[in-house]
Amino acid sequence: MTKTMRAALSLLAVTVALNTGVAVAAGDTARGENIATQGNGAGALACTTCHGPDGKGNAAAGFPDIAGLNADYLSKQLHDYAEGTRKSPIMQPFATALTEDDIQSLSAYYQSLQSPVSAVAYRAPDPANQGEWLALRGDWDNLIPACNQCHGPNGMGVGNSFPALAGQHASYLKGQILAWRNGTRNNDPNHLMKGIADRLSEQQISAITEYYAALPEQLAGQAEEKENR
Amino acid sequence: MNLCKSFLSVAAISLPVLVVSTLVHAAEPEVDYQKQLPAAPEGQITFEPPQERDIPDNQYGDMVRKGRDLFVNTQQLRGKNVFNGQNCVNCHLDAGRIASSAPMWAAFGMYPAYRGKNDKVNTLSERLQGCFTYSMNGIPPEAGDETLVAMETYFHWLSTGAPINQALPGRGYTKLEKPEDGYDREHGAKLYTEQCAVCHGDDGSGQEVAGQVVFPPLWGDGAYNWGAGMHRVNTAAGFIKANMPLGKPDSLSNQDAWDLAAFVNSHERPQDPRRRNQESLDSTANTFHNHDGFYGKEVEGKRLGDHDNYGENPGVASK
Ligand code: HEC
Ligand code: HEC
Ligand code: HEC
Ligand code: HEC
Repeated sequence: MTKTMRAALSLLAVTVALNTGVAVAAGDTARGENIATQGNGAGALACTTCHGPDGKGNAAAGFPDIAGLNADYLSKQLHDYAEGTRKSPIMQPFATALTEDDIQSLSAYYQSLQSPVSAVAYRAPDPANQGEWLALRGDWDNLIPACNQCHGPNGMGVGNSFPALAGQHASYLKGQILAWRNGTRNNDPNHLMKGIADRLSEQQISAITEYYAALPEQLAGQAEEKENR
Repeated sequence: MNLCKSFLSVAAISLPVLVVSTLVHAAEPEVDYQKQLPAAPEGQITFEPPQERDIPDNQYGDMVRKGRDLFVNTQQLRGKNVFNGQNCVNCHLDAGRIASSAPMWAAFGMYPAYRGKNDKVNTLSERLQGCFTYSMNGIPPEAGDETLVAMETYFHWLSTGAPINQALPGRGYTKLEKPEDGYDREHGAKLYTEQCAVCHGDDGSGQEVAGQVVFPPLWGDGAYNWGAGMHRVNTAAGFIKANMPLGKPDSLSNQDAWDLAAFVNSHERPQDPRRRNQESLDSTANTFHNHDGFYGKEVEGKRLGDHDNYGENPGVASK
């Protein structure tokens, strides 16, 4: 994500770049890679054990894809696990074992990995496609804004507070929405996400999580179609 | 305010083109289009616009969809009719369907409207042109332009079954009683940092991703200008209370909404375009700003609106 984003930004005027909130991560990427592949020797296992060699995670096991996520978002999550505002028996001990420097380096490293989506030009959603409709238009009768209003065009993430959803494993996405509902995840700024998680129906949760999980493939398909035309 | 470097470079490139092409003046905005709407009638909001899956598959339907797309993605007219970072949907939420944000189905049947102030009848097209001039800091499409036709066709479809020439409950923005002790922009500043900056940015310039506006700018060059209805404190207070923070409607107290509106609207933004035909800031303020706003007022030692920065708007349309 970040690579494509930076490339796009450098084409734009400097003034625009200043407004995007894309910060260059503070941590040391090489050091981050080292910990990610070997652990920190103080209790944090190699992240790659679960999140995979490329950070893409594992759908079946519920290990999220963390490649290309914003560094500030990543470091906030690691702090939140350590503090318990986001509860995970798996991540909590690792997060606690990391020093501040480890966290910054790991976050910089994972931000630097390629994520699968970038924004495309506006395209009207299909009312018959429930997931796509929720992502682009929401369900205002039930006070649910469009997910992309906060998570960005194509769910590619916005700045340092709104993570990318596109390409994330459906099982993980679903798990997080349920975690907000049952209170085990209680770390969103001003509860911006919680209310939305509460108002989604079971059926909407399935539709939207499957939509985002499949989005990169779908977009690639569309791009190919265009080229072949 | 960053007197847009990008605009200057654009201007430099397009200047020769402008000189060669016929210069046409932007429609002279002699009327106060952005005058506050009358209060909506009391009562339950019962009108429901049709569902988008029911837009017919014919040429009418195509025009409806075109109008909707222009309404939610008005940035496609950037540099032509739009000269800031706004889309119509930013202030008229859910593609102009939501009752608490001046819905288009409540507007459609109310035009043409007689305006005592200038003893004239104003059409819906003129109303839309006003929105382009002020909210979009733009140069309005001319009457009959396909942009206006498409938008009006979309509003016509949204209003299916709505009465004509009869105000509906839910029109305009919620009117919020002004707090007895007035408003406090310093308290507004504190609330802004806590509740709004995560999206709209500490400096009010909003956020973009890959060149697309996600969170609209609230002040500065990318924002609505000094003539826009949203720059009035009372109007913004009503909007904020009912719609912000996004996804948490009606979570703020009346007082908080007023304080926030005062804070947001006491920042610089592009000049009121009517200033171009006025002698001074004072005459512009006296003629057009007899309402709850900060135009021409002194805030933190500086007089607001005392500049000739029209944002990206060049003031003339290229043909
Ligand atoms: C034993 C497997 C395992 C290991 C090792 C592991 N993780 Fe995780 N990680 C998980 C699981 C499972 C989750 C989802 C937990 C939840 O539901 O909140 C997760 C979630 C995360 C998240 C939150 C992602 C998001 O989108 O919010 C981050 C960040 C993260 N891990 C970073 C790391 C880092 C950095 C390391 C190495 C220091 C690491 N993980 C090691 C299993 C693991
Ligand atoms: C009003 C803004 C807002 C809207 C609208 C919104 N979200 Fe979120 N969402 C957030 C924020 C903020 C976070 C990150 C919270 C944090 O820091 O942990 C988040 C995080 C998430 C996460 C966790 C991602 C991860 O990597 O762990 C999921 C899943 C999610 N949102 C799904 C959705 C879906 C589905 C929708 C649409 C139905 C939606 N969101 C709409 C604000 C929003
Ligand atoms: C910055 C916020 C903002 C933006 C952007 C905006 N508007 Fe408005 N609009 C307003 C305000 C404020 C009013 C007046 C409401 C009042 O006074 O109560 C209004 C009123 C209207 C009305 C009249 C409503 C009625 O009931 O009579 C129409 C029609 C309208 N806008 C269309 C548009 C269109 C079309 C666009 C895009 C080209 C647009 N607006 C963009 C803020 C905005
Ligand atoms: C979660 C992100 C988020 C938060 C937090 C948020 N806003 Fe917004 N705001 C938006 C979005 C997105 C829009 C455009 C709405 C749309 O297009 O549907 C918007 C529109 C507006 C507008 C309309 C004017 C314009 O120029 O387009 C105002 C005024 C506004 N917000 C003020 C506030 C205030 C005041 C707060 C704090 C109480 C706030 N917002 C908090 C996301 C947010």
